[in-house]
Amino acid sequence: MTVPLPPPRRLVELTVDGAPVRVPEGSTILDACGGAGQDIPTLCYGDTLTPKNACRVCMVEVEGSRTLVPACSRKAEAGMVVGTSTERARHSRKVVLELLGSSVDLSTTPRAAEWLAEYGARPGRFGEDAAKVEQPVKVDNDLYVRDYDKCILCYKCVDACGEQWQNSFAITVAGRGFDATISTEFDAPLTDSACVYCGNCVEVCPTGALSFKSEFDMRQAGTWEESRQTQTTTICSYCGVGCNLTLHVQDDQIVKVTSPHDNPVTHGNLCIKGRFGYQHVQNLPSPGTSGTPRATSAGDITSPGTAPPRADATEVATGGRT
Amino acid sequence: MDLRFRDAEPTDDERAAVDAVLGPPPSSWHGGLRTEDDLHFAAGGREARDQRNLLLPALHAVNDRVGWISEGALDYICRRLTVPPAEAYGVASFYSLLSLKPRPARVLHVCTDLACQARGAQEVRRHVQERLGPPGTSWTPSPCLGLCERAPAALALEAGETPKSTVYAPALPDGGPASGTRAGGRAAGGANAGDTDSAAGQANVQLHDPQTERPDGPATGGARGPGGDGGQGARILLGREEPSAASAVPQAGDPSLVLLRRVGAVDPASLDDYRAAGGYAALRRAFELGPLGVVQEVTESGLVGRGGAAFPAGRKWAAVASRPARPHYLVCNADESEPGTFKDRVLMEGDPYALVEAMTIAGYATGCAKGYLYIRAEYPRATARMRHAIATAHARGLLGEDILGQGFAFDIEIRRGAGAYICGEETAIFNSIEGYRGEPRSKPPFPVDRGLFGMPTVVNNVETLANVLPILLNGAAAYARTGTEGSTGTKLFCVSGGVARPGVYELPFGATLRELLALAGGPPADLRAVLLGGAAGAFVRPDELDIPLTFEGTRAAGATLGSGVVLVLDGSVDLAGILVRIAEFFRDESCGQCVPCRVGTVRQEEALHRLSRAPKAEDLTLLREVGQAMRDASICGLGQTAWNAVESAIDRLGAFPLPSAPLTASVGAGSAASPAPSLVRAASPAAPVALPVPSPPEAS
Ligand SMILES: Cc1cc2nc3c(=O)[nH]c(=O)nc-3n(C[C@H](O)[C@H](O)[C@H](O)COP(=O)(O)O)c2cc1C
Ligand code: SF4
Ligand code: SF4
Ligand code: SF4
Ligand code: FES
Ligand code: FES
Repeated sequence: MTVPLPPPRRLVELTVDGAPVRVPEGSTILDACGGAGQDIPTLCYGDTLTPKNACRVCMVEVEGSRTLVPACSRKAEAGMVVGTSTERARHSRKVVLELLGSSVDLSTTPRAAEWLAEYGARPGRFGEDAAKVEQPVKVDNDLYVRDYDKCILCYKCVDACGEQWQNSFAITVAGRGFDATISTEFDAPLTDSACVYCGNCVEVCPTGALSFKSEFDMRQAGTWEESRQTQTTTICSYCGVGCNLTLHVQDDQIVKVTSPHDNPVTHGNLCIKGRFGYQHVQNLPSPGTSGTPRATSAGDITSPGTAPPRADATEVATGGRT
Repeated sequence: MDLRFRDAEPTDDERAAVDAVLGPPPSSWHGGLRTEDDLHFAAGGREARDQRNLLLPALHAVNDRVGWISEGALDYICRRLTVPPAEAYGVASFYSLLSLKPRPARVLHVCTDLACQARGAQEVRRHVQERLGPPGTSWTPSPCLGLCERAPAALALEAGETPKSTVYAPALPDGGPASGTRAGGRAAGGANAGDTDSAAGQANVQLHDPQTERPDGPATGGARGPGGDGGQGARILLGREEPSAASAVPQAGDPSLVLLRRVGAVDPASLDDYRAAGGYAALRRAFELGPLGVVQEVTESGLVGRGGAAFPAGRKWAAVASRPARPHYLVCNADESEPGTFKDRVLMEGDPYALVEAMTIAGYATGCAKGYLYIRAEYPRATARMRHAIATAHARGLLGEDILGQGFAFDIEIRRGAGAYICGEETAIFNSIEGYRGEPRSKPPFPVDRGLFGMPTVVNNVETLANVLPILLNGAAAYARTGTEGSTGTKLFCVSGGVARPGVYELPFGATLRELLALAGGPPADLRAVLLGGAAGAFVRPDELDIPLTFEGTRAAGATLGSGVVLVLDGSVDLAGILVRIAEFFRDESCGQCVPCRVGTVRQEEALHRLSRAPKAEDLTLLREVGQAMRDASICGLGQTAWNAVESAIDRLGAFPLPSAPLTASVGAGSAASPAPSLVRAASPAAPVALPVPSPPEAS
């Protein structure tokens, strides 16, 4: 959380890949690496969340430490000697990427392909029979979709839904070990859970396991083209908080709404209205490029042509509760 | 937090079970009947949330009463404690002894772990499967039950108003010992009928169809536990046929024993016996020394932790004692789940007051008013004995507000695990007690700074604490004269597998493995290997029996003492099967938090299955690479050590020799069949970074 005038922090000096770096006390190794220009892969790290350090792709070598340490959460200490691409660090990053790539679908994880190539990771080497996380896609509401085949169990959605942001506690990690999954109680449909459809879990999901229904449908239909989308940041018109919305627009239609993480008030979090209640701004009977076959279900509040009033938008999702 | 529930209601039994732990619901906000007041005042909130740590005891209560936890029961618990149902579901689904699906009240847990596998567990498993069908509801394969000296073991847990448990050890397939050798298997009581007697006494229940057998069937003698006496959670009646704890101590009565000296010599239920045998003299001494004096004695004694990480106890105590934040907490780690380990069970069953006294001293020295004894749920008899001892000590002023009139207040609360090896990890134990999933926390911060409930906490193993008594009674200097410079005092070893007299042995540090095995009846003629330290330990070869059993000695030999496991594997044991079981154990017990361990343990198991069919160089390379990443990048000791034993089997025992690859020469040609494979340590061509010494879990 940004405090207007933080007390001056002392600087600590450490060595990253042989070069001295100075960072304010309390910074992580990752912060120090950013300053030093190193590009360390991260997945479970989130700029708006307390690191869970579960994915272990960001491991670096610190002199004197028996094991590698997670750059995303280990605090920089004076005199630390950090190696970000030592053989050990690169080896462990490679294997972690292979383990992930062999067990879950990384196709929608930004930069995954690039990292796999960079580290020479070959997820296929574990063979055809390597166990995978196999779960059917969960489409149980009209606002967002859960495709846990792609889930790397980074805990970010759980933390965002729970005590770090939303305080709804609709989802949790259930089970143990390789069988662990993100789940509601007794795997109930989201519509029976405590979910309030803020979409804040979707906002932080690093893999695309959680995605807005609009995006999911367009991807299914093969019409999702990020290169043709524009992003416009504006202010939500629903209430006086004044959250920032970033409207992702393709072919004159809003295809999803995110929120800037550096907003000092909301840190990327929104409520159901700002996140999903945008149809009213584009209900003009426009010819547009409405050939896009993305809108299918009757309740899809992003479908052009159907004009649900605001209240309906939330009702559709939550069965009347907000 | 705004809780949302579905429509499920608890049954009367479920409600009663929960109320027995939490008391009657104070208002309709907690799931009680609605009163006029409830319409005007909301209740719950922080006060209820502060009771989150009762989540696991409440889940246990329902599981013990009904056998499983229904949605209605879970919701009721959540209303009572203001816990979101999703979170409670996440917690309940973490533990293998809790069921969220209907199942019979009685479930048989058949140990298929290492020591049992070395003594015919497959036979028992096959037999049970023939009778009860595929595992799942009425029976289930189980990790080590801590009854390894009487392997193969099984444990039946039966839910009900008074939950029951029955131990079958050794678990003999129908037809008794004679059938034990059929199918070439080395079933218990078969080849070793004689040792069974000496180890476990005569009074063993045969494994009849567990569905029809009465757990409280006719007594054939043997000890009956003092019985559970109230407290939160379940009351558990004990099977009557279990031999006394002393039968697990072949040296019982030997005057040189220190930690085990009272086991078998005193009635574990009698405080008077305990006092007559020198009990509570150490606590008096502690009061004379004062807290700082006690910490100093423990530091000077050189005592290091016996739970596996070998961290100096005095340093831990001094750190907690010096922390200004209050309250401080003490946690005694009695989760003993490392396959092949049963020493803590024997100490708790045979000399429970010693642990009560030792915890009191630890609390006094480190400024704790409260100690938690976290004990695995697979130990019903040890739990009952400890409960009884704590209650008696309380009644006699040895626990409570003003202990021995010294103005020191200290209490002990028992918390039961629920089937999760990982909860023995020192930070996972905190999460488990606090009512969260038993996932390890990342360190730093270390427990001495932020442990249980975020407060400075001492975590010590049962055996570590037991050592505090002789340290105070005889003085640090006298204590340190036993053992070696780096490993002072005596050590308990859990000897199991192919020896004539399996059991817990106490020897001064520095004795050799050969000497230990001699006490246990000598190594078998066809000794194949000894697994030291448990699933997270390492194998040593028959030509390495002169390893000194000290922390430094085993470390120098590339092994570890771990939790004191000494599992003897003879020629009849299928080594590949043991390795697959080790891999399966880690796969089952990984908490799933971090990728290297969650997926790495699965890949390790898959590769071992392939290797045991046909050794291939790629699979060995793959094991090494994955193993290295698990060791380097896992959060906790589980993942960090999950490859140790497999690595040592490949490198030291020459497991999985390749048919004709160039590697063969160094890995040990044909050694699968040879009892003493090549001495040459395999050059590890594929290992990117060689870290030959298996490291113990990170110390605090
Ligand atoms: C996966 C795992 C399981 C563990 N299980 C136990 C256990 O069952 N009992 C125990 O005393 N220590 C266990 N430990 C070691 C504890 O983390 C901790 O080091 C120990 O309880 C500290 O006590 P000590 O210093 O007296 O040994 C385990 C460690 C790991 C990593
Ligand atoms: S949409 Fe909001 S309330 Fe629903 S699961 Fe995601 S974070 Fe939780
Ligand atoms: S669904 Fe997404 S955010 Fe949640 S744990 Fe999986 S990958 Fe992480
Ligand atoms: S190493 Fe394994 S047991 Fe430990 S935190 Fe990681 S997943 Fe959990
Ligand atoms: S990004 Fe650091 S552990 Fe996941
Ligand atoms: S009881 Fe079976 S291995 Fe310990």
